[in-house]
Order: sequence, then structure tokens, then C-alpha cells
Amino acid sequence: MALFEAQNVTKQYGSTLALDRLSISVPAQSIYGLLGPNGAGKTTLIRIINQITGPDSGELFLDGRKLKPSDVADIGYLPEERGLYKKMKVGEQALYFARLKGLTKHEAMRRLKYWFKKLDIVDWWGKKVEELSKGMAQKVQFVTTVLHEPKLIIFDEPFTGFDPVNVNIIKNEILFLRERGATIIFSTHNMGSVEELCDNITLIDHGRSMLEGKVDEIRKSWAGNEYTVTFDEKVRVPENGKFSILESAEEDHKTVIRLKSLTSASTNQIISELMNSGNISAFSPALPSMNDIFLRVVQSKSPEPTR
Amino acid sequence: MSKISVIIEREYITRVRKKSFIIMTLLAPLLMAAVIVVPTLLMTNQDTEMKKIAVIEDKSDLFKNVIPNLKNTEFVYLENTRFEDLKNNFEQAGYYGVLYISPEVINVPEAVQMISRKQPPITLLEHIERSLEKEIERQKLLTYKIENLDEIMKNVRSKVSVQTIKLDSTGSVKQTSTGISMALAYINSFLIYILVFVFGSQVMRGVIEEKTSRVVEVIISSAKPVELMMGKIIGLALVGLTQFLIWIILTFGIVTVVKSSVFPKENVKTAVQSAPQDLMTRSMNIPQEQAEQITQQANNISPEFAKIFDSALNQPWGLIIFSFIFYFISGYLLYASIFAAIGSAVDNETETQQFMLPITIPIIFGLFVAMSTMQNPESSIAFWFSLIPFTSPIVMMARIPFGVPGWQLALSMVVLAATFVGFVWMAAKIYRTGILMYGKKTSWQEIWKWLRYKG
Repeated sequence: MALFEAQNVTKQYGSTLALDRLSISVPAQSIYGLLGPNGAGKTTLIRIINQITGPDSGELFLDGRKLKPSDVADIGYLPEERGLYKKMKVGEQALYFARLKGLTKHEAMRRLKYWFKKLDIVDWWGKKVEELSKGMAQKVQFVTTVLHEPKLIIFDEPFTGFDPVNVNIIKNEILFLRERGATIIFSTHNMGSVEELCDNITLIDHGRSMLEGKVDEIRKSWAGNEYTVTFDEKVRVPENGKFSILESAEEDHKTVIRLKSLTSASTNQIISELMNSGNISAFSPALPSMNDIFLRVVQSKSPEPTR
Repeated sequence: MSKISVIIEREYITRVRKKSFIIMTLLAPLLMAAVIVVPTLLMTNQDTEMKKIAVIEDKSDLFKNVIPNLKNTEFVYLENTRFEDLKNNFEQAGYYGVLYISPEVINVPEAVQMISRKQPPITLLEHIERSLEKEIERQKLLTYKIENLDEIMKNVRSKVSVQTIKLDSTGSVKQTSTGISMALAYINSFLIYILVFVFGSQVMRGVIEEKTSRVVEVIISSAKPVELMMGKIIGLALVGLTQFLIWIILTFGIVTVVKSSVFPKENVKTAVQSAPQDLMTRSMNIPQEQAEQITQQANNISPEFAKIFDSALNQPWGLIIFSFIFYFISGYLLYASIFAAIGSAVDNETETQQFMLPITIPIIFGLFVAMSTMQNPESSIAFWFSLIPFTSPIVMMARIPFGVPGWQLALSMVVLAATFVGFVWMAAKIYRTGILMYGKKTSWQEIWKWLRYKG
């Protein structure tokens, strides 16, 4: 069941069409990737979900009901351009944001203690934000985003500014939040993290949805008869009419080849052909990275994969 | 509504806890109290010292016992004493000063000398000069051999002191003092000017801070932009009122404490007398019975002072306080909402300049008009600018102590209220769009476009 749905959302700023009849459907308890180049309309969509601005037309549903102003208490939002009051103390600030989301002072305190301990930032409670490093401030902001236990959490580029150790911590926290029942919308340019985290994605360009679906299925459908073969010796594979070699790399006592099948030959037929060249240690269909798919969709402007 | 109160609380508490706020709040009353107390202290201190001044004449006794004694100064006329002797033995003689009058004084004004260790106060010198002048005049008149001269002189001598009386609509007559009305007008309009300007621009700075630090996006995903804007404006208004209240209480407190500890009881009279501006300040915020006590005291001392005091009490205090609060709140709301809109439209403080000018001009212009209003409260300039909402808070507050027809006051208030409602509404529209716009230099056309966005 979809926890959040947007149907035919359109938003115009002056003469630019920021969103053009965009529809997305975010399944409950999943991580949903919102991809797209700069200026595609992601931030506009996120702002509409947060009810910072309203759509010109189209409808939004949360939990099957029409989105209403009081729903902001059920939504958590970590904007890409994040900020905290520089002169305010970390603890007070976190408390302030929690209270704005409707938590009582007492309840907010209890949860803050839990999160500060969990992320190992208890010592920063009395520090002013301007004394923190960028990564530290990001951690604080992460806490304020999830503190009110929202049903829907929107992360806009959550990993920028973090070192690899902290990226990992935050990644695990995001997975943990999904585990506990939260639904997450995740906007990013970092395709590696999309493959790693997202269950579903929508690729937006020029305010329109170019590609939508489960990450696995999208990658499979874009695979386009490509395979990766590993030989456990140095080999040279001759091309023939059945396939072409896209890439060939030799490592010590190992050769990895990426090839594209040109006919409708079965994998067995291809393998039997390759066996003549040497000893095969691995054979698998090559899934294109989300990065490739992203580039191909955005550059070709074609909404359908080319087969 | 609960969100706006959370926002107000933050705005209020973070500001009230700032060091700069605490220092300003505590220091200003000390300065104000010093302005009031120090001159009083100086004046009374000089007065309490008993001075003896020797008066010596050269080869005549024209001015024997001509200079009357003052409360703290005794003039001792010394016959058969040479000025030079006294001058050389000044220390032993124990006089505050020696006044030497040479006979040429009738023709040469500079023929009088006063020697002393300290610079004698102006009032003392004036007293001596006036007494001598009078005596010389008398002596000169005597040479004309006019009959019944003393009688004529008595008849001729006259004194004028204009008493102003204001007739109010109920027909009752009240004594007023133009001086007090002017002082009140000045204080009122200047306070409004300061409060509106200082706290209005603090609203703007707060908005810019939120925008540049990008906090705003998080907040408006929790609360409506209007709530954030109004929360800031109201929170700062409360900060302003708090500071104002503390100033009044502390100033009054310090003045009272200093007065009762520095001036012994019997000297209270002189202290009160010599510090009319002090009492004026006090009369604004002291309880009724205490005020009466002081009035009584004042009555015993000096009828002139009592009149001033009566006139201070006769000011329409209820009306003044009510209008002050109304004009402060409305004027502040009007300007603070404009300031907030500007803050939302720019990326940093340097960019505010092109928008600031059209705002500061009416405020400063209002102050100028208010100053001229004090000279002529009934002028048509005063009338029109006390109706125009951008200047009316300042100008009207300058007019009220002089009396303003009820319909003008009502009209001015209605116009101002309608304007601030309209401006708060417009500011909210600009603010809502502006706070999310980055990197673009905002123009007036752009703002006009934002005003017409819907939803």
C-alpha cells in the first residue's frame, strides 16, 4: 500500500513549468529515490510535500487521505541546504525544532537524550552551533529531522558533508528507521547510495517523470543483453557475429570481459562459444549502474529504455 | 496558535538572554539616572557650603550693606580694611572670597573685582552684579533730585510671568506649562521613533539571519511562514516592551535610592527645587499618593515650582499612555512587517540598502515634522502628517500633550490600523516567496510579482 501519493501535480513559477503532471507513489516502509539533474523539479516537489508551497493543480495523499496542513507533524524533512541558528545552543535548538513539530517539552527531552546517546553527541548539548564542524551540525540536524517519529521522512542529499565513517552511521540509521516502519523519500545525485538503499525510484527531468519503478527491475530492464565473464588466465577473446566485446581488462592471472550479445542467442550458447577461449570462472548478466541509466535517460531525453 | 507561541518564546528568550541586551538594559537607566542626579548633586552640594564674602570699598561707603545675603552666602562689609592687606592674608581671614569695589564703578563697569580660591558660581556673580547695578541706578537717579523718588521707584518696579491656561471642552480650566508639554512631546515622539526603528531593523536582521543560515526551510516545513514572521515580530515587540519597562523601573529606583541616601531630609527641599526635570520624570511613574505628598512638599517650598508640578499632573496621562501603547504597537507592526518583507527579499544585509531608503525617509521625516510640531502643534503640516500612517505614530505623539481634537485622533488611529493590517498581509505574501529565493538580486518588479502569486 502506498503511504504517500502524488497525482498529476503541476506547479508553475512565472513562465517556467517546475512540475508537469507529475505522479509518484511511495510504498509504505520503503526507501524511495527521487533522482534527477539540477533544476529538474525535485526540490519543488519536496516543498509541495512539506506544504511549504502548494501545487497549482493535482492532488496529494498521505496514508490514503488527502494531505492536510496538520500532516506536517507526520513528516520529517532534512533539506539539502541545511542550517541551524549559529548562536543557539545545540540542545536548545533541537528542543525548539521538536516543539515546532508538536512534541511537548518533556517528550522532546526524553527522545533527544536517546538520540544524542545513540549518535554519540551528548557532549555537544551545551555547545553553540557555530562551534561545531559541518559534519557535527549535520548529525544534529539529522536528529531533529527524525525526532518526532514521522511516518514520512524526506532526506535531501543526506550524505554530503559527512566523512565515510559517518556516512555509514547515517546509512544504518536510515535503514533502521525503515525497519521501524518509517517511509523514506530520498533525493540524491549519489547513484551508488541509490543502488544500495532505494527500493523504488523516480527519475525526474524538466518536471516530468522519465523513469519509475523498482531499482532491481529497472536495472534488469536496462541490462540490454550484457554479460560479465571472468577467465582465470590471461586470454584474448575473438569477436564474432554473436557478440561484441565492450570492455576487456587483464589483472594478474585473471581476465574480465564485458560483452554484449548481438543475437537472440541463449546464455548457454554464448558460454559454449566462450569456453573455446579459456577457463571460465564466473559468468553473470551485467546490470548497468544507476549512474549509467541516469546519464542515458537524461541525455537522450527518452523515457523508455533502448533495447 | 501553539506554534506561533513556541516561535515567540524562542525569539524572546534568545534575545533577552543576550549579553548585549542585559548590558544595555542595565546601563541605560544608570546613564539616565546619572543625567538626572549628577546636576542636582552638583547644584545642591555647592549650595550647602556656607560662604562668607568680604566686601571692601575704596575711600567711600556707597555700597555699604547693599548686597543682600543669600541662603548660603553672607556678605560681610568691612570698613577700614585695605584690599591689599586682606589679599595678602587671604588664607587666615577665612573668607570664601573678597569683593573689591572701586569708586569708578559708577562709570566703569569693570571696576569691581572678586578674588577667590574657587571659581565662584554664575548665580552668585549674577546676584552681586544685579545688586550693584540696582544701587548704581538708584544713586544716579538720586542725582536728578526727583521728589518722592522712593515712591516712584516702588510704583515703577514690575514683574511679569505669563500663566498659560488651557480651556478644555468640558469648560474646566487647567493650568498648563508649555515647557512640560514640549518635553513630553519630545520624549514621546523620540521614544516611538527609537523603538520602531531599533526593533524594526532587528526583525529584518533576524529574517536575514534565518534566510542566510537556511534555517528557514526547516522551520517552514513545521510552521507556516506567516506564523514564523508574526512570531518574530511579536517576540521582538515583547523584548522592546520588557526593556522599556525595566528602564522605567530601574531609573525610578536609582533616582529614589540616590536621592534618599545622598540628600539628608532637610535638604530635600533644595534638591527638589533645583531639579525640576527630575520631578517631572518621577511624576510620570509614581503612585498617586506619593505624588500628592511631593506636591504638598513642593507647595510649601515654592509656589512657582508647585505650578509646574500641577501642570505636569494636569497632563492627560491616561490618554498619553493609551495612545503611546497604541501608536507604538501599530507603528511598530507597520514598519516591522515592511522590515521583515525586505529581510526576506535579500540575501545579505548589504543588499538591503536599495529597499531601506524608502522606509527610513518617512520615519526620519516624521521625526522632523514632530520637532516642528512642538513649535506649532495646530499647523496644517502637523495635522496632515499625524494622519498619514507612516508618520502618524511619531507626529501624533508629539501633538497629544498639546491637545488634539478627538475626531483627528480617532481618524489617525483608524487609518493607521487599516494600513498596518494591509501591510502585514502584503508583507506575509512577499515574505512567503522571498525567504525561499536565493542567489537572485531582487528588484522591485520581482517583489511586485511575488505579491500576486497565489497559494
